[in-house]
Amino acid sequence: MNPSSLHPNRRSFLKSTGLLTAGSLLVGFEIPLMGQPRLPATASGLMADAFIRIDVNNTITLMMNHAEFGNGVYTSLAMMVAEELDFDWQTLKWEAAPTEAQYFSPIFGEYLTAGSVSTAGALKPMREAGAKTRQLLLTAASRLWDADIRSLSTSAGQVHHADGRSVFYGDLIDTIRDHDLKPPKSVQLKDPSEFTVLGRPQRRLEGPEKVTGEAQFGIDVRRPGMVYGAVLRPPVYGSLVKTFDAEAALKIPGVIKVKAIDAGVVVLAKDYWTATKGVKVLKVDWDDNGLGDLSTAGFTEEYRALSRQPGLLAENIGDAEKTIQAAESSLESVYEMPYLAHATMEPMNCTAQVSPDRCEIWVGTQYQSNDRTIVARLLGLPEEQVIIHRTLMGGTFGRRASKTADFVTDAVQAAQGESVPVQIIWSREEDMRGGHYRPLFVHRVRGSLDDAGYPEAWHQTVVGQSIMQKTKHDPAYLVRGIDIYSVDGCLQEPFGVFPYGTSYQIPNHRVESHNPPKIGVRPHEWRAVGHTHTGIAYECFLDELAHKGGKDPLALRLHLTRDHPRMHHVLKTLETVSGWASPLAEGRGRGLAARIYSVSPIAQAVEVTVNANGEFSVDRVICVVDCGFAVNPLGIESQIQGGVMLGLNAVAYGAIDLVAGQVQQSNFHDYRPLRFQQMPKVEVHIIESDAPSTGVGEQATTPIAPAVANALFNATGQRVRQFPLDRHGFVLKA
Amino acid sequence: MLKLMINGEPESIDASPDTPLLWVLRDHLHLTGTKYGCGINLCGACTVHVDGAPVRSCGLPVASVVDQSIETIEHLARDGKYTAVQQAWLDADVAQCGYCQSGQIMAATALLRRVSSPNDQQIDAAMNGHICRCGTYQKIREAIHHASKLIEQGGQA
Repeated sequence: MNPSSLHPNRRSFLKSTGLLTAGSLLVGFEIPLMGQPRLPATASGLMADAFIRIDVNNTITLMMNHAEFGNGVYTSLAMMVAEELDFDWQTLKWEAAPTEAQYFSPIFGEYLTAGSVSTAGALKPMREAGAKTRQLLLTAASRLWDADIRSLSTSAGQVHHADGRSVFYGDLIDTIRDHDLKPPKSVQLKDPSEFTVLGRPQRRLEGPEKVTGEAQFGIDVRRPGMVYGAVLRPPVYGSLVKTFDAEAALKIPGVIKVKAIDAGVVVLAKDYWTATKGVKVLKVDWDDNGLGDLSTAGFTEEYRALSRQPGLLAENIGDAEKTIQAAESSLESVYEMPYLAHATMEPMNCTAQVSPDRCEIWVGTQYQSNDRTIVARLLGLPEEQVIIHRTLMGGTFGRRASKTADFVTDAVQAAQGESVPVQIIWSREEDMRGGHYRPLFVHRVRGSLDDAGYPEAWHQTVVGQSIMQKTKHDPAYLVRGIDIYSVDGCLQEPFGVFPYGTSYQIPNHRVESHNPPKIGVRPHEWRAVGHTHTGIAYECFLDELAHKGGKDPLALRLHLTRDHPRMHHVLKTLETVSGWASPLAEGRGRGLAARIYSVSPIAQAVEVTVNANGEFSVDRVICVVDCGFAVNPLGIESQIQGGVMLGLNAVAYGAIDLVAGQVQQSNFHDYRPLRFQQMPKVEVHIIESDAPSTGVGEQATTPIAPAVANALFNATGQRVRQFPLDRHGFVLKA
Repeated sequence: MLKLMINGEPESIDASPDTPLLWVLRDHLHLTGTKYGCGINLCGACTVHVDGAPVRSCGLPVASVVDQSIETIEHLARDGKYTAVQQAWLDADVAQCGYCQSGQIMAATALLRRVSSPNDQQIDAAMNGHICRCGTYQKIREAIHHASKLIEQGGQA
C-alpha cells in the first residue's frame, strides 16, 4: 500500500519503511560475508575524537556509548557518524566505550541507556563527532598536498583533490600526528536535504554476527581458566542465608566450591551443568526477613481500599469532584494490572574476575556507571579499578538497568577470593523469580460527560509501589512525593522531568497517587514503565465514556486532541490508514488507543475476531507514530513490531503472582510468551517530520493493551477491567 | 571420554554423560552460538541439528548422541558465504537482540532443507516452538518466504 496515494493533494506524509516491498529484495545469496573481518585495533590507531578511531588500514571504529539490546542503537549511532564523515557505514567496526564520563549520556549524566531517549540525545553529538573528524582529515590532506582546503572533498572513506588525487583516511594519520592537528571546536553540519544515510531504511549494523552465532552476549564470555557458578536463591525474595549444608554438592565430581553470597548460596564448578547439579542437592536454612506472608491477592485488596482514599494530588485542573457530583450520571471503574516479569531471552548473567586491587567484569548492562559505583563500593576499590566490558544483550525491557546492580554483584561476590574468572548464569527459573517486576497497580477512575456527550470531568486515583522512591533517582523522579512514573500517561500537563501530557483536554481533571510501601519484590522499570498500566486505565475508561456519550472512540479522541496538532494528525492518519469507518463482520471488533510517551505521539487501531467461548485472535494492528525526524525507518518498524508483541503478550497472559511471599511462575509454561503464529500483522506508518527526533523504543508497547481490550468490547459488549485477559474471559488463540 | 561428531569434526569430551548437549557445546567446546533459554525444551533457543533433524539440545544428554552427526549454527556459513536462510535473515533485517536467532535459523534451515517452498501453515508448524521476546516473528515469516525464493534461484538452505 502506498499511503501517500490516498492524499494526492498533500505532501507525502508517510515514509515507507519496509525493504521487502515491491520486489526490492533481490539481493543474491552469493554475496560474501558482509563487512570486513573484525580487525583488532592497531596500536597506530588515531583517536580523532572521543568516539572515532581511524586505523592505518583505513578501518574506522566507533566507540559505542549506548547499550545494544535489540534497540538498534549501534546502527543509528553508526549512521549519524557516517552521514557526516562520508564513509560506508556498514564497514564500521565498533567497541563498547569504557566507563568514562566523556561517554555518559548527555540526558542522564550517567552511563545509562534507557527511557527511549538515545536517538534524541545522540543525534547532534554523533553527527558533530563525524563532521569534526572529517574536517580534521580535510585539514590533514591540505597539508599533505599543500592544497587549498576548498579544492578538497570527501566520499567513501577518502579525501579527494579537484585534480583527481585521492588519499584514504587511514593514510592521513601520520600527517595529523606530524603536524599535531586537532579537530575544530565547532563545525557546520550537513543540511538534512543532503542526507544520504540518515532518514533512510538501514539494516542492522551487527546483523551479520547475529546470523552466524558469532555475536557475543554476556553469557558467551569465555575467559582463560574461567569457572561457572549457579546460585540457589531463596524461595522468598529478600531472604537471607542462615546456614547451609554443602556436603552432598561437594561430592559431585567437577564441583569446585560452595559458598554463601548475598543472593544465596553459589556452587562453582567446571561447567554450568555440574554447578546446577550441585545447587539441586544444597540444603539451606533461610531467614525470610518477615516477607513470607506477602501475596498479590493481599496487595490487590489493600490497593482497592486505598483507591477510595484521598491520595497525593498530582494534578488538579478545574473542579472534577464538584462536576462529577453535579452531573446527572457518572461512571466509575476500577482497573487492575498485575506484576510483570521481563523474561528476557538471555537470562541474567555476569562474569567477573576479582584481584586485591582490581575487578574486571564482562556483562550485558544498560547502566554501567551505576554497576561500577556499586562494585567499587562493595570491594573498597577506586572506581577506575573496576573495568566493565559491556557485551551485547539478549533483551532487557528495562531489567538490565538495575539500581542495585544485582546481577553484577552476584558474580563479583562469587569471584571474590578466587584466582580465576567466575561466570554466574541465572537459570530461567531464577530469572523469572528474580524479584524485579513491573509493579502491580490498581486505578480507580470516575468521569462525567457534558451535555454534548463529551468528557467534562475525570478523576483518577492511582495505587501502586513507586519505582524511584528511596533510590538515588528520588530527587529527580519524585514530585511532592509522587513518583512521576506512577502517573506518567494520565496527566494532561507536563510533570516533573516529563515535558508532555496526554494530549487530551478534559476541562476538569484530577489525578491522585498512592505509593504503598515497597516491601517484598522490587518494583522496576518495564518497557514503557508507567504507561504499561496508566495506558490501560486511561484508554479503556476513555472508551467507556465514549460509549456512554454515544461517541465513536476515534471521533472522541479527535475532539479531545483538537489543540494538540501532532496527536491530532496522528489520529487523522490512523483513521485513514486503518479504514476505521469500514464495516466489520459479526464476531469481529475494532479498538484503538493513543498515547504520548517520551514526547512521541503514537496511536494504534486493532481488529480482533472473537468466538462464543471468548477465544480471540488479533487480526491486524495499524500503528501510526510521530517520532520527529525518523533516523532509521527500518529500525523504527522493528521497534514497533516488537513493542506491539510485548504489550499484547502482557495483556493476554502476563502475570507474576506472589503466594506466601513466593513467586508462583517459573518458566515459559506458566509465564507464557507470545508464540510465532499468534503474532498479528503489524502495519507501521511513520509521520514524515523535520521536528527533533524523539523516542520510539518503548512507545508501541503501551497502546496495544487498551486497544485490544476496547476491540473486545466492540466485538462482544463485555468490558474487561482486570488483567491479564486470559484470567477474565478472553483467551488469545494459540 | 565421550566421542562426538560435531560440525563434521570428531571431538573428545570429558563431561558427565548426563550433561545436556547444550552445555557440552557451550562450556566444553566454546560453541556459544547455541543458546540457553529455558532448559526444559520450551523455547527453542538451543536448537541444533542431529542427523539433520532440529532438536532441543538443552534436554538431550550428550551420551545419547555419541553416534550421531551434530550441526550447530557455526557450521552454516562456509567458504565465506552465507546460506540462503542466513542471507534472507539479513535481507529482511530480522534480528533485534539476536539471542534467539540461532535457534530460529536452525529451525528454519531444517524446514527449508525438507520443504524448499513451505506455505504459511508449514512455517507455523516449524516455528511455533521458537520464542522470540523482541517480536521478530513477522520478519521471520518474511525471511523464510524470501529464503525459499533464494533456494529456487540456486541457493543452499
